[in-house]
This record gives sequence, C-alpha cells and structure tokens, in this order.
Amino acid sequence: MIAFRAILAKDLRVELRTLQSLPAMALFAVTTFVIFRFGLDRTSLEGSLAAGVLLVTVLFAALLAINRLFVAERDEGGFDAMRLAPIDLSALFAAKVVALFVYLLVLEAVALPVFAAFFLDSGAGLPPLAAVLALVNVGLAATGAVVSTVGAHSRARDLLTPLVLLPLLVPLMIAAGAAAEPLLAAGGPEYDEVWKWIGTLALYDLTFLLVGYAVYDFLLED
Amino acid sequence: MPATAVQRAAGEDPATGPAGAPGAAVEARELRREFGQEWVLRDVSFVLEAGHTLVVLGPNGAGKSTLLRMLATLLRPSAGELRVLGAELPRHAWQARGRIGYLGHDALLYRDLTLAESLAFHARLHGVEGAAARIGELLDAVGLTRRRDQLVRTLSAGQLQRAAVCRCVLHHPALLLLDEPGSHLDPAALETVEPLIGRRPGVTRVIVTHDFEGGLAGADRALALRAEGSVAYEGPAGGLAPGDARSIYAGRSGR
Repeated sequence: MIAFRAILAKDLRVELRTLQSLPAMALFAVTTFVIFRFGLDRTSLEGSLAAGVLLVTVLFAALLAINRLFVAERDEGGFDAMRLAPIDLSALFAAKVVALFVYLLVLEAVALPVFAAFFLDSGAGLPPLAAVLALVNVGLAATGAVVSTVGAHSRARDLLTPLVLLPLLVPLMIAAGAAAEPLLAAGGPEYDEVWKWIGTLALYDLTFLLVGYAVYDFLLED
Repeated sequence: MPATAVQRAAGEDPATGPAGAPGAAVEARELRREFGQEWVLRDVSFVLEAGHTLVVLGPNGAGKSTLLRMLATLLRPSAGELRVLGAELPRHAWQARGRIGYLGHDALLYRDLTLAESLAFHARLHGVEGAAARIGELLDAVGLTRRRDQLVRTLSAGQLQRAAVCRCVLHHPALLLLDEPGSHLDPAALETVEPLIGRRPGVTRVIVTHDFEGGLAGADRALALRAEGSVAYEGPAGGLAPGDARSIYAGRSGR
C-alpha cells in the first residue's frame, strides 16, 4: 500500500507540475467536438449518434494519456527502480490504473459540459451518463495500463499500443455505447436496457483488473 | 597462455565450487546471457564472500554491465546458476531486492521531481525509516544540500551522479553493485562519495571500472572479461597486475 501511494503521488505530482497529458487530452476533446459539430452540421444529437461522438472522443483522448503513461518509467529508469525495491509490482499497475482514472475524470469534467453545450437539448441524461463513463474509465485505465506496459518495452511502442489496445477495447465500447444510447434518447433518458449493459461494463472492468493484477509481475521481467 | 583459457589462482575452481559456498554473498556458476543470437556473457563463474569487493574489468562490450544487471535481479541469466545474498536468481529475486544498491548508467531518478522528492520516493519504496533525516545526511555528505529543492533535470552530470550514489545507498544495502561509480565525477566529488560507496564492514561490493590501478588496489577479487564476454581472469585482485589487465583490454592473451 505504501508503494502504491508513493507511485500514485509521484505520478500526480509530475502531471500537475509538467501538465504533459491533461491539457492535451482536454484540448483534443474540445477540438474533436468542434469538428463533429461542423462536420455533421448538427446542433443537436441524440441516441446512438450522440453516444458515439462522446465515446469515440473520450477513447482517443484517453489514448494520448495511455501512450504517455510509462514514459518516465521507461526513459528515467523507473522500471528498474521499482524492480530493485522490495515491493509487489502490482502496486505499480494499481497506481497507474488510478492515475489514468483520475486523468479521465478530469478530462470528462471538461469534455462533458462542452459536449452538452454543443449537442444536447437537455442535460437530464448527464448524471446517469457520468456513472456509465466512470465504468468506461475503469476499463480504459485497466486495459490501458497493461497494454502500455507492454508497449513501453517495445521499440514500436507508438504504433503497438493503439494497435493492441483498440481491439481489446471493442467490447468495452460496444457495452458503453449500448448503455449510453438510451440515456441520450431524444425524449429524455430511458433505463430499461441500461442495467444489462452496466453489468457488462462492470464485468469487463473486473476481468481486466484481474488480468492486470495476475500478469503484471511477468510483464515487467526482462 | 592461450587467449581462450581462463587464468585462475592456484587451487581455485569457481566452476565447480560456488553452489552453497559458506559466507558467500554472490555465487555465479557457468553464467551466460544472450541478446537475440549474440552471446554477451559466456560461462562466468565466481564466488564473492560477504564483505569483500570484486572488481570487474574488461573492454567495452565485454558484458560487465550485463553481469551487474543480472546480479541486480534486473536481467535473467540465459543459462547458469546465480545466487545473490542467499537468494537463487531469478526464481527468488524478491528475497534479494531491497538489499541491493545498484548504481548503473542511469541515475534512476525522476527528472521532474526535485532531488529531495525523488530520494523520498525511493525511500518510501524501500521502507526507509527516518527517511527525511537519512536524505538530509546523504545530501550533506555529497555536497548537494543546496540542490535538494532543485528539479533533477536541472542537475549537472556530476551532481546527478552524486545524487545517484545517494539513491543507491539510501536503504543501507548489503550488496553494492557499482557500474563505473566515478564517471562524471571530479577528484573532489569522488572524495565525497567514497565514504558512501567505499569499503565498509559487512558490505559486499562489485565494481565495474576501467581504472585498473585504483580498481585492483581496492578489491579483494578481480574478474576480467574478454571482449567476447568470456572470463580471462578470475581470482585474487593481487594476482592480476595492471599490465595484464591492459593486455586483456588490448585483446591479447588472458594475462
């Protein structure tokens, strides 16, 4: 637990000091919404199209952070430092998942109001949508931390991470889209089918958290 | 002596003897490491008793740093047996981790943290008690107290090396693995780090250096590697003259 807190505190401190990921993610999201707004030539979106615009934007903004997640560990010897210490290396995985989750929360705190202002007639669906996004964030963070670790040890990391990550995220995005669609329906949020997809999202999150925990030591060995 | 033969002190045979050697801090037998198709270390065997110092010599590319990284549990041997501080590697690496102080080519300090923050981070990972006092004491010893709140990225190469020495000894390791510890350090700076990484009771050291005279003078044992990663000499440091080491660097015979 001490190692987990130390690594998480280090990551958040470095991000606050350097602002290497968060501003880029937020700017990317806002710019993407502007492009969608004028590209689709629509002032209002609902249902699956609204869910798609939001989730695709969050997904690609998340990739920016996932690609940078282990840059310091790779370039500044962090991986070696962790392996020299008498710690359970899953603490590194857990800290990176939480750090990425926090980045995504901050991103959505910026992106969601902009999305609502650009595309939604009513904000009634936003509170339950935030809950769906929280589950999406856990899945993105868990899967992203595992794949980013693999990518960090590869010379083709900039290519490898998205190529491996995106197929793994397809089930998450399908479930997230299905859960978000009725919440963004034209007549206001509908909840009939939502719980089934929330359960699917939770199952996906749990699976990748357990996979990450189980394989992380192995991923860090040479 | 033929170039492929290993020169050893009389009566010593680490190739058959190291496993279970009493009082040994490091035991290596027939250690090999390959990267891709290329062998960088071949059949390296030695025993280093606790509290002793081994100097590792050899030309660039001989596998010295690779050997050190294997001893540090950072690289797995491709073949052979390795026991460090009683832990069989790589299987029981976790038993040795935390008791090793590794000073490699990278400082292992985060560049966007201050020097004090970076050392505090390592202290937390290693569970160092009284970390603030220990960090203050170390920074004082190497003359970096004034730089403690400076970002690591702003330190000069010499300052960074001194900071890395602090990081290396922060947790009072029983085994010091030092890869060219004097690099980037002027004579005055070398003097400041010497009390931290010099010979101390109960601390075993493995030092990679290109300084034959200094390295051999301060060591109990010597290991000289040829350019292709095989052992040219393994034995008491006194048994290898600086001239012999120079010949090994030049790619001539074992001695």
